[in-house]
Amino acid sequence: MPIKSYLAHPEEGKKEELIKAISQIKQCEVIPAENKNVLVVITETEDETQEIILTKKLESIQSLKLLALVSGFNSPKNN
Amino acid sequence: MFKSISSRRDFIKKMAKLSAITAAVSMFPGILFADEQEAGLPEGNFDWKKGPCRFCGVGCGILVGVDNGKAVAVKGDPNSSVNKGLLCVKGYHQTMCVQSSDRLTHALVKKNGSYVKTPLNEALDIVANKMKETIAQHGKDSVAMYTSGQSTIPEGYVASKLMKGAIGTNNLDCNARLCMASAVAGFLTTFGADEPMGCYEDIDHADYFITWGNNMAEMHPVLFSRMLEQKNKRGAKIIDFATRTSRSSTASNKSILFEPQTDLAVANAICYEIINNGWMNRKFVEDHINFSKGLTKMGYGTEDNYKFKDKPTKINFEDYKNFLEDYTPEKVSKYSKVSVKDIKYLAAIYGDPNKKVVSYWCMGMNQHTRGTWINNLVYNIHLLTGKISQPGNGPFSLTGQPSACGTAREVGTFTHKLPKGVVMNEKHRKLAAKIWKVPYERIPAKPTYHATEMFRAVDRGDIKFIWTQVTNPLVSLPKTSRYRPGMEKDSCFVVVSDVFPTPTSDVADVILPASWHIEKSGIYGNSERRTQHWDKMVEGPGETTPDAWMTIEVAKRMGYGELFPYSEENHVEEIYEEYTQFHEGAKHGMAPLEVLKKESGAIWPYVNGKSTQWRFNSKYDPACDNDKDFHFYGKPDGKAVIWQRPYEPAAESPDSEYPFWLNTGRVIEHWHTGSMTRRIPVLHKAMPNAYVEFHPEDATSLGIRDGENVKVSSRRGHCILPASINKRGLPTKGQVFVPFFDENMLINDVTLDAFCPISKEPDYKKCAVKVEKA
Repeated sequence: MPIKSYLAHPEEGKKEELIKAISQIKQCEVIPAENKNVLVVITETEDETQEIILTKKLESIQSLKLLALVSGFNSPKNN
Repeated sequence: MFKSISSRRDFIKKMAKLSAITAAVSMFPGILFADEQEAGLPEGNFDWKKGPCRFCGVGCGILVGVDNGKAVAVKGDPNSSVNKGLLCVKGYHQTMCVQSSDRLTHALVKKNGSYVKTPLNEALDIVANKMKETIAQHGKDSVAMYTSGQSTIPEGYVASKLMKGAIGTNNLDCNARLCMASAVAGFLTTFGADEPMGCYEDIDHADYFITWGNNMAEMHPVLFSRMLEQKNKRGAKIIDFATRTSRSSTASNKSILFEPQTDLAVANAICYEIINNGWMNRKFVEDHINFSKGLTKMGYGTEDNYKFKDKPTKINFEDYKNFLEDYTPEKVSKYSKVSVKDIKYLAAIYGDPNKKVVSYWCMGMNQHTRGTWINNLVYNIHLLTGKISQPGNGPFSLTGQPSACGTAREVGTFTHKLPKGVVMNEKHRKLAAKIWKVPYERIPAKPTYHATEMFRAVDRGDIKFIWTQVTNPLVSLPKTSRYRPGMEKDSCFVVVSDVFPTPTSDVADVILPASWHIEKSGIYGNSERRTQHWDKMVEGPGETTPDAWMTIEVAKRMGYGELFPYSEENHVEEIYEEYTQFHEGAKHGMAPLEVLKKESGAIWPYVNGKSTQWRFNSKYDPACDNDKDFHFYGKPDGKAVIWQRPYEPAAESPDSEYPFWLNTGRVIEHWHTGSMTRRIPVLHKAMPNAYVEFHPEDATSLGIRDGENVKVSSRRGHCILPASINKRGLPTKGQVFVPFFDENMLINDVTLDAFCPISKEPDYKKCAVKVEKA
């Protein structure tokens, strides 16, 4: 069950739009910076296939300029 | 122990969140995430063990979460007054490197050109026999040890005792020569006593922070965060004085750029302004200051066997004032490229009696062919104004390595040093001989090789055996294009003790598997004179062994067993007890071990159960006994020295053939030569390779695009790297910048091995290069 964190950089002037778009995805938690043009995004998926699908979904958001992976943890279901 | 899956996942999720927030804080100084930063981490079901961070000289307190014998998490120690629970991106991820698949777990001995896995006892026999045999054939000065500012205090201590006390050679130096020898020489020449007089609490009191060639946002991010907090909370101001626009510059209130090497002239111009505007603190100067000058036009040490000894001469205030006539803001502005207005602005900050000012610096001032001088000159500013040794007022030299102060400087793993004092001083040799229980005649009175000259001696064939510990000189030395082939020669037997394979271990005859940080007990000393102890937290793999114990085992095999009567289980404690005898007294007393075990470090001088936060100030320092407000007791007459030091050009400047300055340095993601951080996936992915930064106008005129491969060449060698334009840093026009962490892009093949003639610290910040499309 991968848990990953990213820094999401919005397109100029589209921070609010990006926050809204990511917040609607149920596997994502979003923490916007209060004073800079960047968001922290935490993802939690069932397996690596779901993770790849989710990453593609995130990358297809129009208001997203860059999605940079910060850390990835794999927590087995039965651990 | 039962752990619920939901609490474990919740913990991991919080770790992921914290990593991302930390990365964002590193990239955007001053960034705010409301309550998230305050929330921190849950306790989890781990056994949290305290210690100092493995990386930089700030010495943040960490708590390592251990689960089933494995380090699974790191968080900042909220009880540490250094970092108050905060860590940087390297700090949070530090333990991840120990799981690297290429970890050195067993000794390797080169046989017929291949490395053969060898029992550690057998490898230590080979090392001891080779050392003895070399001494028998070529004399004791044919063997050398090269250690580190990352060695623990016990590791440095036994290395010094083996080389100087047992064998009787001063062929011991360390990589701290490459990073803060100029700071040491600056302190000793000005104050007669090494290490900063203030502490990190200065940050909570200062009105202004002036950083001299110091990108603290990337190199000392936790301290920089503390400064930013004061900027936001109290309106404290940060002034960045540098040769390149960095993350520190953009987060500061003001960025002032200067032409490389001209910091010397600007510092003198500030002093000119202070005196000529009547801002000098006359009473302080009259009571506590002498004036001196030294030799000039000293050369740059680029030739083998270069020797220099300064000859200080006393001068008076009028002489000094006349000397400064050459450094009016108008004159200095012409070649420093700092405007007259900005020079006057800096001087006015220092000169304002109602403003508290701390100056910070690190490699920009230390890695300088006039490194001792520029340290002296910044002290001059603080001494002229009396802004020193008080909360929020003082010059503060930062270190780059976790125990550059504790081990290299205090234990003294330099050729000229002893645990107390220097080899040239008979009284100091006698004290060392007494504590070590060796004849004092055995400790030679003359220093031998400083780092650069040590590797030149290897290349010349004068040193025939060298043992390196906790360091990677074939990436970190200047002009590796000479020293790598030198180390590859058959004339020298090379022993490398390390945790991971490096370009240095690639040329070793014997590789010894060292324990990593938390796999052993240890003691470090940070930039603010804080000594910090930690207990072993996890078992290391295979036959990994602490460096101190491997040194002791070799010493025993060489017949010096009676000098090293320590037990394997408690050698750290036993060595510390012996070592602290050197520093007894009010001027440098060390905290007892039981205090270090209980607290998150203690600052020396530790007197009557109390750390001394501000030395030389009689309000805070019990060692002051001259019945005055300040006592610079490092000097026989209790007075500090203002030095007359001129501006002199760099060893090599751009010319028609090599038209660019090359500046080298570090990045936030990587620790020095990258041997640990490049094995931490998060950090490696964030910064996978080195690059060469250009000013956009230079890139345009050369037709170089971002990401395109570029060849950077000097008279010593070349290096091919991708161009970086308008990304992390912005060099001034006519300058390029390259970080040195990447062993696949060895920029030190290009750098120059010129050094400060007084401190012998090389200048990695200035040489001439040409750049072309690769």
